[in-house]
Amino acid sequence: MNFVEYAAKAKVLAPAGVPVPRGALCASPGEAEAAFATIGPCVVKAQVPTGKRGKAGGIRKADSAVEAAGAAQAILGMSIDGYAVGQVLIEERADIAREFYAAVLTDFAACRPLVLFSTEGGMEIEEIAAARPDAVRRHWLDIDADLGERDARAMLAGLDLGGAEAKITAILRLLYAIYRARDAELVEINPLALLKDGRVVALDCKFTLDDAAAFRQSELAAAGAAEKLTALERRGAEAGLKFIELGGNVGVLANGAGLTMTTMDVIAHCGGQPVNFLEIGGEAYTKAEAGLGLVLSAGNVKSLVINFCGAFARTDVMADGVVKAWEKLKPAIPVFFSIHGTGEDEAVKLVRERLGTEPYDFMEDAVAAAVEAAR
Amino acid sequence: MIIYRKVHRVLVQGITGKQGTFWTEKMIECGTRVVAGVNPKRAGESHIGVPVFASAAAAMAKAPYDVAVMFIPPALAKDAALDAIAAGVKLLVVLTEHIPAHDVMAILLAARRAGTRIVGPNTAGLVTPGEGFVGIMPGHNPNVFRPGSVGVISRSGSLGTLVALNLTRAGIGQSAFLGIGGDPMIGTTTRDALAALDEDERTDAIVLVGEIGGAMEEQAAEYAAGMAKPVVAFVAGRASPPGKKMGHAGAIVTGSAGSYASKRAALEEAGVVVVDVPRDIPGALSRRMNEAASGKRAARASGRS
Repeated sequence: MNFVEYAAKAKVLAPAGVPVPRGALCASPGEAEAAFATIGPCVVKAQVPTGKRGKAGGIRKADSAVEAAGAAQAILGMSIDGYAVGQVLIEERADIAREFYAAVLTDFAACRPLVLFSTEGGMEIEEIAAARPDAVRRHWLDIDADLGERDARAMLAGLDLGGAEAKITAILRLLYAIYRARDAELVEINPLALLKDGRVVALDCKFTLDDAAAFRQSELAAAGAAEKLTALERRGAEAGLKFIELGGNVGVLANGAGLTMTTMDVIAHCGGQPVNFLEIGGEAYTKAEAGLGLVLSAGNVKSLVINFCGAFARTDVMADGVVKAWEKLKPAIPVFFSIHGTGEDEAVKLVRERLGTEPYDFMEDAVAAAVEAAR
Repeated sequence: MIIYRKVHRVLVQGITGKQGTFWTEKMIECGTRVVAGVNPKRAGESHIGVPVFASAAAAMAKAPYDVAVMFIPPALAKDAALDAIAAGVKLLVVLTEHIPAHDVMAILLAARRAGTRIVGPNTAGLVTPGEGFVGIMPGHNPNVFRPGSVGVISRSGSLGTLVALNLTRAGIGQSAFLGIGGDPMIGTTTRDALAALDEDERTDAIVLVGEIGGAMEEQAAEYAAGMAKPVVAFVAGRASPPGKKMGHAGAIVTGSAGSYASKRAALEEAGVVVVDVPRDIPGALSRRMNEAASGKRAARASGRS
């Protein structure tokens, strides 16, 4: 789960003691104009959870209340990387001496937390790492360890940070504490700015909460940004189903992520295009009825492949859900089954008797028939 | 120790729950030696004929075991895993999906320190046809699994089941099914599983079922390059759009890393036959096994002359 800049600063950085500029969240040009009175010369920033704000024109300077209102007027309602801008952050303009990069993230390959620091702030870390690999300092640690004063200082050794070194050391340690306490996948400050008055301030912040930990970070999770979903994908999410619209015309219902991806692959291999990704494996295997309703609601469904290979997921339970949904929705499209694994005898019997359809022995044949029917 | 053997004694954590009960019965039916279960509230009772203990540690003292399998929800998974690791279990099978990432790191760290082998999280488990299974696979279904000499590695339970089924239908039995899990951080990687099957005397050839995302197939390819046993692979996710998690948290392509093309190229470079659809696996495997056998015969013949 991603957070917009304002939420990351107000809910994560500031409460932990990381210095952030003064700012106000505004939803209208009028609010922006009023905020200028207390904040002064400022930056007006679109609040959307994507890194493409600057290039899209979603970040502008303002030197007067009128300019702040004008900038807000221009930015509010913009669509940036598919996100509609509903709010802007009016933030005091910083007088920057140097820009750094600091982050703590989960290194999935190493299965350990990774602390990153670079004196080349302002660019994406991938760009920094590609342009100047030695400009990125990396420190891995065990999940049960703290980032000690010595470790943090060692990361900064030889970087000529002068009087800022102590402040940056403290911020790195705070960042790691935030990462641990808030179940972060990523907490990134870019740029971390040394101001001309000597302060070190987080000018931007990207924060990603581990979705799996939302249950124990519920207050924080409530401040997360809404995912970029289509109406149907949102309906799926509300029903606890992972549904992704893909724009083709062969509908897919399968159990398990691996089998579902494979069903899509075989559709493409046969020259067709899947309508969707939808898996009802794992604990979701009882949700076949809701799942089928989603697939059939997507536009342009010409045929349907139902591919079950039950391990944990019982094919008889899934087939029962499909039959119920089919009898309720009475879709006028052809459906092609392949059913194997746990509960297959009952499942095949159900489909045969209630839907008058004989499942294919091989999923590849069911898919080929569905692709052919969709032409 | 990754391959389950009948000599291994099994502890089921969360044995009294609906799924714990259902799958423990299936495991026992299949020949698995389930010696104990855990539920702190039911300690001292017997559940479906299995003694229940308050903790993995308490069970180890009274009913020693080699393997533990967890039917435990995400929020409690870390404590249950640490209990089993501290008790000295050799192999811990973590079925649970959606365990918080920080907890997964804590489990893997504790296991590394204790020398415990972790399989998973988010795995469907391990099957050794003819001996038993540990997890949530249809190991008891003879249409799916038959004893034989082909090892199968899969991140996915459903796709792994399909592959085993296709092998069995083609008359090819399996030496072991190793489900390694669909999470981005797992205790036993594709490469670890490949090495275990390479060293296994009962395995003559290997089917590797990969998925987009991460770099595990590429790492496994490095190992496969030096193997004498034939390896056939299928990689799921060729038609999946980048930037989206395809159900498994680990199955996401960002940039060029973890893409289908990268994995297929690495595997083929290492001499692994990569098939387009699962149905082609048994045929490709038979051809490679015949080639390997005739290669051996040729080597023996030239050795004599």
